[in-house]
Amino acid sequence: MTQSVIVQVGQCGNQIGCRFWDLALREHASVNKNGIYDESIGSFFRNVDGRHDDPADIPVGTGTGKIKSLKARAVLVDMEEGVVSEMMKGPLGEVFDCRQLLTDVSGSGNNWATGHHLYGTQYKEQISEVVRRAAEFCDCLQCFFVLHSMGGGTGSGVGTSILGLLEDEYPDVYRFVTAVYPSSEDDVITSPYNAVLAMRELTEHADCVLPIENQALVDIVNKISQAAPPTRPGKRVFSEHAVKPDSALSTGAGGVVKDEKPFDQMNNLVANLLLNLTSSARFEGSLNVDLNEITMNLVPFPRMHYLIASQTPLFCSADVKMPPRRLDQMFTDAFARDHQMVRADPRHSVYQACALMVRGDVQLSDIRRNIDRLKPNLHFVPWNQEGWKTGLCSVPPVGQPRCLLSLANNSCIHQTFSEIRDRFSKLYKRKAHLHHYNQVEGMDSGQFADSLESLTSVIEQYRDLETAMNQPVVAEPRLKVFS
Amino acid sequence: MSLITLQLGQCGNQVGGQIFSTLVDDIFAKSTGLSNKENQAYMQSSLEKFFTQRETAGRDGSSSLPMARAVLVDMESKAISHTLQQAKKSGRWTYCAKRSYHQKRGSGNNWAHGFCVHGPKSHEDVMDLVRKEAEKCSRLGGFVSLMSLAGGTGSGVGAYITQSLRDEYPHSFILNQVVWPYTTGEVIVQNYNAVLTLSHLYDTADALVVMENDTLHKICNQLLAIKNISFEDINRVIAHKLTSVLQPCVSDSAGGGQMCDLGSMLEHLVPHPQHKLLTIKNIPQMSDVAREFSFHQWSGLIKNLRQMLIANAPMEEGINWAIKPSSRTASGHTCFNRSLSSLVVLRGKDANSVDPFYFTDSSIYTPWMPSDMTCCVARQPRLFCEYEKSAALVSNSRASVQPLNRIIDKAWTMFSTRAYVHQYLKHGMTEEDFLDSFVSLEKVVASYDNL
Repeated sequence: MTQSVIVQVGQCGNQIGCRFWDLALREHASVNKNGIYDESIGSFFRNVDGRHDDPADIPVGTGTGKIKSLKARAVLVDMEEGVVSEMMKGPLGEVFDCRQLLTDVSGSGNNWATGHHLYGTQYKEQISEVVRRAAEFCDCLQCFFVLHSMGGGTGSGVGTSILGLLEDEYPDVYRFVTAVYPSSEDDVITSPYNAVLAMRELTEHADCVLPIENQALVDIVNKISQAAPPTRPGKRVFSEHAVKPDSALSTGAGGVVKDEKPFDQMNNLVANLLLNLTSSARFEGSLNVDLNEITMNLVPFPRMHYLIASQTPLFCSADVKMPPRRLDQMFTDAFARDHQMVRADPRHSVYQACALMVRGDVQLSDIRRNIDRLKPNLHFVPWNQEGWKTGLCSVPPVGQPRCLLSLANNSCIHQTFSEIRDRFSKLYKRKAHLHHYNQVEGMDSGQFADSLESLTSVIEQYRDLETAMNQPVVAEPRLKVFS
Repeated sequence: MSLITLQLGQCGNQVGGQIFSTLVDDIFAKSTGLSNKENQAYMQSSLEKFFTQRETAGRDGSSSLPMARAVLVDMESKAISHTLQQAKKSGRWTYCAKRSYHQKRGSGNNWAHGFCVHGPKSHEDVMDLVRKEAEKCSRLGGFVSLMSLAGGTGSGVGAYITQSLRDEYPHSFILNQVVWPYTTGEVIVQNYNAVLTLSHLYDTADALVVMENDTLHKICNQLLAIKNISFEDINRVIAHKLTSVLQPCVSDSAGGGQMCDLGSMLEHLVPHPQHKLLTIKNIPQMSDVAREFSFHQWSGLIKNLRQMLIANAPMEEGINWAIKPSSRTASGHTCFNRSLSSLVVLRGKDANSVDPFYFTDSSIYTPWMPSDMTCCVARQPRLFCEYEKSAALVSNSRASVQPLNRIIDKAWTMFSTRAYVHQYLKHGMTEEDFLDSFVSLEKVVASYDNL
């Protein structure tokens, strides 16, 4: 089996990473009751003998050895110390060791140029070393997951500089980026600059990007908490729609981290996205989906690799007397606007390709039935009318009997991108704050224009899908042979 | 005569496991309709064909269970280890775990990754396993390769390994059993993968048995009355079809009394190298419960089977009886499913006395086939899988052209935008390779259209 390394960069990246490791441990603990170190848990964790100073790996071997001490296959990078050092002090601290971390104290000042050019160059050797160490522990490294925000300076700047480094040094290892886009009410004034500058790097150097909008996460969390009134100690809440405690996608119940911080619920959504995305590569199923199949099936053209994710159901009902929600509802919801991780509406836009990855007690025929049911209402590009990729993983998520992750390569993403471009243009027209960027060594004014052009071309490529839908399809005639 | 089975990719391994378990079910079935002695001969012959046996348990405690003559190949370990486990759990047969080959990283639905990268890298090791298995056969009757057309490993590595088999065993028979993906929703690039696989297999294999997931799904749904259909159910139908043909039977042809082996079957069924696509139709197929309460007449079964062939119906339900070999379209074309050759396998009670005249009728075959070479009949009085009477029809006919055309159509439409092509070029393929494959399949379609 293959392994993946998570590279978490900046405040946002590390917060998501923190939630990811907590939930990943929770998931493997619930599947792997005997505490055996097998290939499945080995895809995200090393098993080490912690008695040594520089702990050596205990290989999976026959898959029957006990877990001694787990270490996350992770690289933690931040230009401030706060989040990372807090994580190290907390209960999750044990799964990392200090050789996996790289921190500075000064921060990137919400400036992409500082992160990308200044720190990216200054720390290049060190980052490369930390990544190399993580990579060497893997016996078959399949994928890097890079987690960062697009608005801040460290995440977007250092994150994308690491992306380039990974491409240079590990060309055969996939690079998946989970990028959190700032909402319009973002308090960082330069966030549109950072996002657009970073976008160019993502378009050119990532294999696959999962864009996530902060506002969409907020909306989903609200949706869940409306269904589940917060329980106060000493007071039991009776509600018809009460959510089963550990079933909500936004909850961290059952993890080792007990005190909940702000953003945790939102970050849990992203952490679950990563778990569901990789579940079929880690666990058994009758239709496996390995990570390399995701890009193969969902990225028809190299630059159009932005995939919109949605996860359903958001929670299970705690009331056993309530009839379970129909299985089909899970599929319907996956296409609904309010379940998407960006604020966009794929159902009314054009699909290039769509993946449905199911976990738990769902049969092949359930997927087939639902594709047949949903297909007439969805628009696919003419050359990919059957653009469905499906996966069946038999291990359900913690707290739920089943779940569905849908990934869509859909034209509606151009609206999200256009919004960012508009905000970028507003600042750029007035040349606001430009000098902060241009004074950084390695940065030249051309980069702004180039990045803007790169983004515009992506937007246009996606928009063209929609305009092409209104034009008659001229099919190229098939080859003629004379026998 | 022994057959070596190659299980390639996740699909191939799942199907393979099911085939051996169906074989064992049939071999050790309770009701056989034969005397004990005759039944022993059948069992021996089938065991010899598909399994190796040891007289006693090995000294190292290894079991004396029949061991499948199989080589398991996949680029990742999960499917293989699951298949090995399932076999072990059955307690009735096993695999030789040493005959499995896997890598760590799958082919990711990418045919080029399978064919251009994994294939060359793994073929020596795989051929080594095949050689070891072949050495255990006192008489090697040929190879059966199981694979899907959709994925990357089964299709890509499968095509490469089949090529290597052909190189190393130029005189052995190779039958490729290919699973045709669902029309919608398994793998998006499945049509590319299928086009590339089929065009390569067409050069190397002796025949391709085509199993369409869509039809298998229908059979599960309508004939077997399964509500929630899983891949296991689908694979069980595939296994039933294939074993209904491959289990021991005696052919009527020249002199009679000849055991019908893979070689003679393929020689009969594939009289021309441009026509290699075979389909298998079975009658009856029903759930275990229904089977106990049903009674069939040979005449009825044979008549239905013939109409299934003419009307190209995948199953006995909903056959179009209006189609006749004499019917013509307005433009004068024949509109029934014309065949090149067929093999009818009759199994069960009174199988030896059935008159297959329905299939010797020359009007259902292409005019240029000599009429005494069109149909071959093989019989086996033993009940098959506890069906009192059952018939299987392997036909080389136009039937596969329809799905083939669909696949070429879709792949071509996609190819004209060059979507996904970059993923193949990355592993060393060129656009010309795509075009070559399209051309060779268009030729296949044309030659079937000319029947």
